[in-house]
Amino acid sequence: MRNVRFAFILCTFAIIGCSEQRTASTIQSGIIYCSESSPSSFNPQLDTSSTTVDASAHQLYDRLLEIDPTSGKPLPGLASSWRVSRDGLTYSFQLRPNITFHTTDYFTPTRTLNVDDVIFSFARWVEPSHPYHQVNGGRYPYFDSLNLRENITHIEKVNHLRFTIRLRQPDASFITHLATDFSVILSAEYAQSLIQRGEPERIDHYPIGTGPYKLSYYRKNQYIRYIPHTQYWGELIHSGPLIFDITPQSSLRLAKLMTGECDSIAYPSQAEINYLEGRDDISLDQATGLNVGFWAFNTSKAPFDNVLVREALASAIDKTTIINAVYFDSATRSRSLIPPNSWAFSVDTPETEYNPVRARELLAQAGYHNGFSMSLWALPVVRSYNPDAIRMAELIRGYLAEVGITVDIVTSEWDNFRAGLDRGEHDSVLIGWSADNGDPDNFYRPLLSCDGIQSGTNRAMFCNLEYDKIIQEALLTTNIDQRKALYLQANLLIAEQIPLIPIAHANRYKVFRKGLRGVMINPYGGMRFGEMHKVPSVRDK
Amino acid sequence: MLRTLGRYFNLFFITLFILVGLSFVLAFFFPGDPIFNLTGRPLEQLPETPYTQALADERWLVAFWFYIQSLLDGSWGISTISGLDLFDEVSTLLPATIELSAYATIIALFIGIPLGFWCGLKHHGKTDYTFMSISMLMSSFPIFWLSLLLILIVSLQLGWLPMSGRLSLLYDIPHYSGFILLDIYMSDHPYRQEAFVDALRHMILPTLSVAFLATAVFLRTTRRAVVDILEKDYIAAAQTRGIPFWKIFLRHIMRNALLAVLPLLAVQVSTLVTNVMIVETITEWPGLGDWLIQAIYERDYTAIRIGMLVVSIVVVLVTLLIECLSKVFDPTQEQFS
Repeated sequence: MRNVRFAFILCTFAIIGCSEQRTASTIQSGIIYCSESSPSSFNPQLDTSSTTVDASAHQLYDRLLEIDPTSGKPLPGLASSWRVSRDGLTYSFQLRPNITFHTTDYFTPTRTLNVDDVIFSFARWVEPSHPYHQVNGGRYPYFDSLNLRENITHIEKVNHLRFTIRLRQPDASFITHLATDFSVILSAEYAQSLIQRGEPERIDHYPIGTGPYKLSYYRKNQYIRYIPHTQYWGELIHSGPLIFDITPQSSLRLAKLMTGECDSIAYPSQAEINYLEGRDDISLDQATGLNVGFWAFNTSKAPFDNVLVREALASAIDKTTIINAVYFDSATRSRSLIPPNSWAFSVDTPETEYNPVRARELLAQAGYHNGFSMSLWALPVVRSYNPDAIRMAELIRGYLAEVGITVDIVTSEWDNFRAGLDRGEHDSVLIGWSADNGDPDNFYRPLLSCDGIQSGTNRAMFCNLEYDKIIQEALLTTNIDQRKALYLQANLLIAEQIPLIPIAHANRYKVFRKGLRGVMINPYGGMRFGEMHKVPSVRDK
Repeated sequence: MLRTLGRYFNLFFITLFILVGLSFVLAFFFPGDPIFNLTGRPLEQLPETPYTQALADERWLVAFWFYIQSLLDGSWGISTISGLDLFDEVSTLLPATIELSAYATIIALFIGIPLGFWCGLKHHGKTDYTFMSISMLMSSFPIFWLSLLLILIVSLQLGWLPMSGRLSLLYDIPHYSGFILLDIYMSDHPYRQEAFVDALRHMILPTLSVAFLATAVFLRTTRRAVVDILEKDYIAAAQTRGIPFWKIFLRHIMRNALLAVLPLLAVQVSTLVTNVMIVETITEWPGLGDWLIQAIYERDYTAIRIGMLVVSIVVVLVTLLIECLSKVFDPTQEQFS
């Protein structure tokens, strides 16, 4: 018998003793935000999805102007002052001097912000012949849906910090467009260097801006790491890193908030909010949001091109029950596209009543005695305007079954979902819209105008020339009463044509741990981490 | 002995070949274009190579030959959903999985085997019955539930430990080896100590969840082996000769019992891998299991194919390695081979 040797390889853990406890202030002051999904790029010009906007608009970039969240009036941003000519066609801007772009391991700027950067940022989406226009898709949904490109005749450089924009016709909402999340200012110098290196598509994935944070590392479906832009021109209170921990599951985000692994989370669901209310380490803020959740029909497809069918579907569902079941008491029932806190809201807008008998009659009139089957796309992510689209879809399926319509609920990963909608594969979809600025045009034009189809914001694929004419007219005047009357006309047309059924305007929530300071609910668009900072919390346990 | 090794080497390569063949065939069973499922890109976007040429001409046997080559040189295609290179993905994720499995196995070995000896020596006593009942309970505990319970109690209720991930994202530790403790040790991060403690805190819950079941299995197997050996004639013979019990234990019982335990470890490998994958998904441990389950959820067929291949190769490799080791160490088995 041979000798047999046993060899056990033991791994020993050497836990370094606490010889010297360094102060962990910088590392603990880092903010972790649990976001809901991966951004498609880091340029909000290319994407209106709030995931992309949250990850880029206010963190990486600045705009010429900002909107005051309380009054809705424009405030100076990168432009320190501006003037509008008497005819409303010429806008002159003066830029702030000495604004620095981010210095990262992929780009080192040699100059500060000047008019060339502004002209580049605009020309990219205005001029189809611009070398960067087609880069990364060539679609600029926000600007395309508003048809802003057609209205800008030219942008002229006066000196290196002064420029003017000339419009073809007056636009009452133009100045607010410049303050939206999408009108970010990119670096022309960076763009030029990328062209020379032959990699222009990197501009939207390895971003360079002037914002309070710069991108340090991004791993899709995992996390985004930002570090502070130390030469930021505005006030920078926070000195630690900012991290987006991408956590698609809503319950997991909540759990991470409770264990302190996140300082703030995206889109808490209503049921979760009730649960958080009793906790003393978590703050909860809410305010009425400028948003609308709706059910849109693909009006380019049969049988939804038939207004009788659309009306039948509208009468088949009981909105009150649906709102109670999905939003609990955190939303306002909607009559039209705009919420009651907008100046253009009018109570005279008619609504289709819940009446299944009438729904059956209308279906019979339209020639569908035995009903039909349709797909109902339910958005896969939680949005403030629709906290639980799948549940809503199930309720709708129940109502439609009563009038003889079979519903197939479709849902998929967010990127795929939107790609499917862009291709018009849906019969109907539960989705919504959050306003980017306070102007009602921001609801009416992207959601239902003919241009909105191309830019992927008009999910009803609705194109009505009369409607387009009304909302166009509403922009030509600055007289509020006139505009109000025109938007009421638009409301009446929507109520008659029913390209979509507005369901509710949800309240906006911000949930965050007590240590996080400077959190503001901004009704206009995305998260702003530049204004926040964290005080290291003392654990009471 | 060389012959035994040679046989295992052969067995490994034949199994590997079958697995690679299966993964190739899988691309045809998945919905969609097989070429897209194999490479992650449609044919038009692929560079002109003999491999793509063979795919385009549908000369599948030739394509399979090039497929094996591409697997060997690390060009595994790209994920259809994220567009990331699969080889890079797997090489960052696999160490995390190995790390978790290794720590769990070590804990299970160090708790399970000594306890097993103890129970075996005191069999049919009170301690034995207590531990046998506990281990029965432990081995019948569903692991996903255990993991959730631990998170619920330790993280959410008591707030003692973090519930997900491998390290707080605040620590920016560069990737060298993929093994987090080693990476922290090698980095020059200013908060290295804090990061190390943080990584350990993150490790506790997933490691315990995985180790839970494995400990019970090791305990029961070791106990059985010890009890069997105690009934052997040579133990009785040694006792009648008046050899002190600790000597009998060291020279006869321990050695022979461990020899019986080793092959049983091989059987446990696939269970261990499955458990690690479940725990990874629940605790968001950024390993291969979490990634593969995500890929299945998103129907990322190229990733599923590679993930399946890598996981099965790891299982086969480790299983055969342990079996081989037990053959080498155990002279009684050698006689029959």
